[in-house]
Amino acid sequence: MGAIFRREMGAFFASPIAYVYLTIYYLFAGVCFYLFTLSRGIADMSGLFSMLFWATFLLIPVLTMRSFSEEKMKRTEQGLLTAPVSLGSIVIGKYFASLAMYTIGVAIVFVYALILSAFGAVTWGIVLANFIALFLLGAAFISVGVFISSLTENQFIAYIISLLLIFVMCIIQSLAGFVENASVPDFFQPVVGIIAAGMNGLSFYNKFYDFTCGIFDLSSVLFYISCAAIFNFLTVRVLETRRWR
Amino acid sequence: MIEVKNLTKYYGDHLAVDNISFTVEDGEILGFLGPNGAGKSTTMNMLTGYISSSSGQVLINGIDILENPIKAKANIGYLPELPPIYQDMTVMGYLNFVYDLKKCKLPRKAHLTEICNLCKISDVSNRIIRRLSKGYRQRVGMAQALVGNPPILILDEPTVGLDPKQIIEIRNLIKKLGKRHTLILSSHILSEIQAVCDRVIIINKGKMAADDTLENLTKSVSNINRMTVRLDGVREEVLVAIRKIPGVKSVRADMERSGGIFDYEIVLEDGADITVMLNDMCRDMGLSIYKLANDEMTLEDIFIRITMGGDVSDDNKKNTPVINLVVSNGKNAGSKSDKLDENKGGEE
Repeated sequence: MGAIFRREMGAFFASPIAYVYLTIYYLFAGVCFYLFTLSRGIADMSGLFSMLFWATFLLIPVLTMRSFSEEKMKRTEQGLLTAPVSLGSIVIGKYFASLAMYTIGVAIVFVYALILSAFGAVTWGIVLANFIALFLLGAAFISVGVFISSLTENQFIAYIISLLLIFVMCIIQSLAGFVENASVPDFFQPVVGIIAAGMNGLSFYNKFYDFTCGIFDLSSVLFYISCAAIFNFLTVRVLETRRWR
Repeated sequence: MIEVKNLTKYYGDHLAVDNISFTVEDGEILGFLGPNGAGKSTTMNMLTGYISSSSGQVLINGIDILENPIKAKANIGYLPELPPIYQDMTVMGYLNFVYDLKKCKLPRKAHLTEICNLCKISDVSNRIIRRLSKGYRQRVGMAQALVGNPPILILDEPTVGLDPKQIIEIRNLIKKLGKRHTLILSSHILSEIQAVCDRVIIINKGKMAADDTLENLTKSVSNINRMTVRLDGVREEVLVAIRKIPGVKSVRADMERSGGIFDYEIVLEDGADITVMLNDMCRDMGLSIYKLANDEMTLEDIFIRITMGGDVSDDNKKNTPVINLVVSNGKNAGSKSDKLDENKGGEE
């Protein structure tokens, strides 16, 4: 696992991906920080954090699209899959490398908080809670991206599909609203209610929002971590079934 | 030791490998021979646990590759058809990665330096793999397989795409490695197998067509005794004269080499030597010999016969004198129409 993690991190920085990703992330965060905090002259960073939530579905696929697709395309996976290592440790190594890259991006919020602390009172608890929320969100979505990249050898397709899937996960609570208000015969109303409730329960945004308000809910933490565990498990299954075909 | 029992692989409905069984003893160099698409790579991928078999079993030093893959794989160094090298890394960076990946316990620096020297890549050890030539990349692939000093090496077409000088270098390396490792080597190039292997398995269309030592394979066909002689003179007269020599089974004239000079292909009876009589005949008839050659049946002949539908063992029993596929001595199929088949006369 360690070997794969180090090799992945090296590959990020040997290719333009790390630099492009970090540039875009920092640029986006910087613009949002200016627009929602600095230009208004307030010490509240919630505008920035909510924008960073929406940045995930565009930027996380950039990190994950190549993880397994490229290996498959260039046939280097043959080296990994014939090495005396378990499939799980291959997946986890790649997963944590992407997560580490993502965390390097998210950590910029501490720099902004530090800048802000020179001008006003920063609630460090809230900043930390938001950082944890963004980290957990990334942990869940990166596992989705890695999973998608294990399904195709085309990086572009991996990017688009991951983007769509993560986008749907981001807006699932809005979709729940549509389902709830759908005009269906009374007979179906309870069913619709259950579906909408289920969709709300799966909402990544609602749980994220709780964190940004400073509410630390263990069940939300477990939700994100289970999501990561499930998709990483699915990735292992994909690698395993591929050799049976 | 590698034991392969009734190994079969289906890709969907397509039967890629059909019931292959063999055993490779410690220290043996086994050649895996077959035309492209015969199932060589598929078999090797199953041996190394990259893909699973549809049925059958692979035991690596007694460990089942599917039941205990991590333990079994630790015994194998594998060079796939396309070396699994990361183009964005330096040679040393990559070998260090493989060292970590294989959880190697040998002293890192000494071990990797030794491998680099063995594969002759020390001078490029700090260069990015992307910028290396194909020959060097192949050698890096070989080095990768050697990391951790695995007792078994499996090399899939290690010389493909290399220039003749590089091929000789890789071949020498393989010979050297064969002294320390159990080795399976696949190729569709016969001279390669001939040069390094003790034992040959020929596979064709997913089936095993032959499994024997090189010596036995060549011996089994060496009683097919042929020679070629290039003479001037009137073709019909020469044919008749050659047929009269005792020991000649059949003769046929090949295409005209230049004005009035023909190649005559002679099939002899077992153990017959007609060189002296042929010389006497030429002197008597006033002919000149332009070329005289004993054609030995090569591995190439066996291979072509097997892979084109014929069966070596059957032919040997009947001791068929005429070899219809004459590819080994550089004659192409295009000259077939020029050939005068004189077999009937020869059998009189």
